[in-house]
Amino acid sequence: MSKLTFARAINAGLRKSLENDPKVILMGEDIGSLGGVFRVTDGLQKDFGKHRVIDTPLAESGIIGTAVGLAYRGYRPVCEIQFDGFIYPAFDQIVSQVAKMHYRTQGRVKMPITIRVPFGGGIGSPEHHSESPEAYFTHTSGLRVVAVSNPQDAYTMIQQAIASDDPVLYFEPKRRYHDKGDVDESMDLSKAMPLDKAAVVNAGSDVTLVAYGPLVKTAKDAAQAAADEGVSVEVIDLRSLAPVDYPVVEASVRKTGRLVITHEAGQSGGLGAEIAASITERCFNYLESAPVRITGFDVPYPYSKLEMHHLPDLDRILDGVDRTLGRPNSLSGLEG
Amino acid sequence: MLTDKAGKGVQYDAPRPGQSAHNPLRTGGNLLQLVSPEGERISHPEFDLWIKDIGDEQLGSLLEDMTVIRRIDTEATALQRQGELALWPPLLGQEAAQIGSSRSLRDDDFVFPSYRESGVAYIRGAHVSEIAQVWRGNALYSWDPKRINMATPQIIIGSQSLHATGYAMGVQLDGASTAVLAYFGDGATSEGDVSEAMVFAASYQAPVVFFCQNNHWAISEPVRVQSHVQLADRPTGFGIPSLRVDGNDVLAVMAATRWALDRARSGGGPTFIEAVTYRMGPHTTADDPTRYRDPNELEDWAAKDPILRLRRLLDAKGLLTEDLESRVKAKADAVAAELRTSCVNMPDPQPLDVFNHVYSTPNSWIERQKDQYSRYLNSFNQPVEEGAL
Ligand SMILES: Cc1ncc(C[n+]2csc(CCOP(=O)(O)OP(=O)(O)O)c2C)c(N)n1
Repeated sequence: MSKLTFARAINAGLRKSLENDPKVILMGEDIGSLGGVFRVTDGLQKDFGKHRVIDTPLAESGIIGTAVGLAYRGYRPVCEIQFDGFIYPAFDQIVSQVAKMHYRTQGRVKMPITIRVPFGGGIGSPEHHSESPEAYFTHTSGLRVVAVSNPQDAYTMIQQAIASDDPVLYFEPKRRYHDKGDVDESMDLSKAMPLDKAAVVNAGSDVTLVAYGPLVKTAKDAAQAAADEGVSVEVIDLRSLAPVDYPVVEASVRKTGRLVITHEAGQSGGLGAEIAASITERCFNYLESAPVRITGFDVPYPYSKLEMHHLPDLDRILDGVDRTLGRPNSLSGLEG
Repeated sequence: MLTDKAGKGVQYDAPRPGQSAHNPLRTGGNLLQLVSPEGERISHPEFDLWIKDIGDEQLGSLLEDMTVIRRIDTEATALQRQGELALWPPLLGQEAAQIGSSRSLRDDDFVFPSYRESGVAYIRGAHVSEIAQVWRGNALYSWDPKRINMATPQIIIGSQSLHATGYAMGVQLDGASTAVLAYFGDGATSEGDVSEAMVFAASYQAPVVFFCQNNHWAISEPVRVQSHVQLADRPTGFGIPSLRVDGNDVLAVMAATRWALDRARSGGGPTFIEAVTYRMGPHTTADDPTRYRDPNELEDWAAKDPILRLRRLLDAKGLLTEDLESRVKAKADAVAAELRTSCVNMPDPQPLDVFNHVYSTPNSWIERQKDQYSRYLNSFNQPVEEGAL
């Protein structure tokens, strides 16, 4: 066991993958001597060389488009998109090419491409540096989408993503990069939890609270605060956003009868809507109240002085928990 | 005579040199220079004509502007270090490129900048508090684009080159004589948007000038990662003429920009200017250049400092008088003080501002979320009812 920051844990996972498979190559803007703007790739170019850790031209469509060609050729590219808001120039390559190649060729061509994206807000950045674009990608068949929430998962899931023959969007909660946690670097990947499994990270019996990425920590804090008030909240870390591990969420909701989903992305057309609908379909008879979403607002990510209002926090989540329990809450007395 | 935003009374529409049908464009990678790093005036048969109205007075005002924007930069960097600004992208070293180009503009010209053109914004008439507010995190926009004919900072690399081209196409459709100037960096030339902008600009012969400040670095990546050829070689393949100028030479930048803007206005189509300069500071205040940059390189470029160069020219001409020095200093001090005061006293935005201006007409989703969030905020002020829990 070692104590690693989130960023170091991903770095260690990337290093392992580079060591284990000569076909793995890293590519992205500033990932070489700078080690990436978040230092996630720190030292890797020095140790593996410029042909394995490639500083690319400043061109996102170029990064993903050439990764498609490299994958065609048998490589396993790991692409870094510097910030969430800069993925859109590459959007066409991701949704039209990366996602569809396997289907188009009836499995003859695989796209084992991992796309690392630091995502989410809370670091006081300017525009385009705090987006939560995950729903665009979960809506596209052929892509696996994961979001990590702790250093151990960050370490194992990056290796699993790279080893996966499917393309994986790997979302890293950038405001947690400096959080430390225990990481078992000797963990046998075949024994680790599979990439598409959700994890129950806090057991509870009154309300199910689903979160992923940066909000898992907030959700656990909320569960702790609720416990102090005598409410038992079960927290699920989704880990995989596409596909969603519904059996785990379902089992929890059958037990608690109540569901709160939280994410930083805007509400409409978001993952919370998808989960609320799916769980309602699957567990209608078990639900004691309507599922509640605590999310970012349907506004462009605001300037940093207002981001704390946009981002779900512990109190807003608890307000949502109160709503499912029929306890006094900010919407008490309102219809619907 | 036309005046610019700063009211400097520069004569922009100097008679077009007779040779302008002839392309005075770069050959063999020549760098247009009108002042040497030692401050000597280098004469040029063609481009001298474009700055012949720049007399003693004008040279002094160029020094003033360059010094002022360096002070804005230093002060903003200090404000960031003191926690008053969330981030700042320094322009240190790029003063000649920014002042030489922006002082060439007419009021009715339109500018599409990246995020680093604070000096240009100052010349266009943006108030320093407007420049600061976006970096403080108080707003997503900086100045009113319609008031100063300048789009607000663009963070998505290269995007604005397309906007500039489209604006120029609009100017063309209107039959107007406005020119459009797009700023971007060396790294931006790798983005698809910039290539697409050049395709459109060439196809429609749009009145746009692409002004690329080659400051040699795209965060940690040297320009050679972006291009195997000189950047000014690239546009020619799109059918766009280009110029390579010493970006630390304010007169060369001015002559080249005036020439290109005039070409645009008179139906000559797009031009690409590569202003060869150097970013002496970090990429932004969040960056650490010691991780990727050789300190000797910085030293070499410090010797070519654009402000130093102009001072040397003025000195050689006996114009660097105490009077000028104190006038420049007083102005820089005043602007810096204004930046600091307005920044520190800027009122915080209100929580519900988060919902404003998403759409221009009411949207029921957002109205509902705004209403609910307002109830939520109010719930903190209300005493919890006895026995409710
Ligand atoms: C589409 C996009 N990709 C990546 C970034 C991150 N980024 C911000 S500035 C920058 C370097 C830009 O270099 P250059 O175009 O040379 O301009 P400079 O900052 O040197 O003026 C990068 C990679 C971004 N803002 N937008």
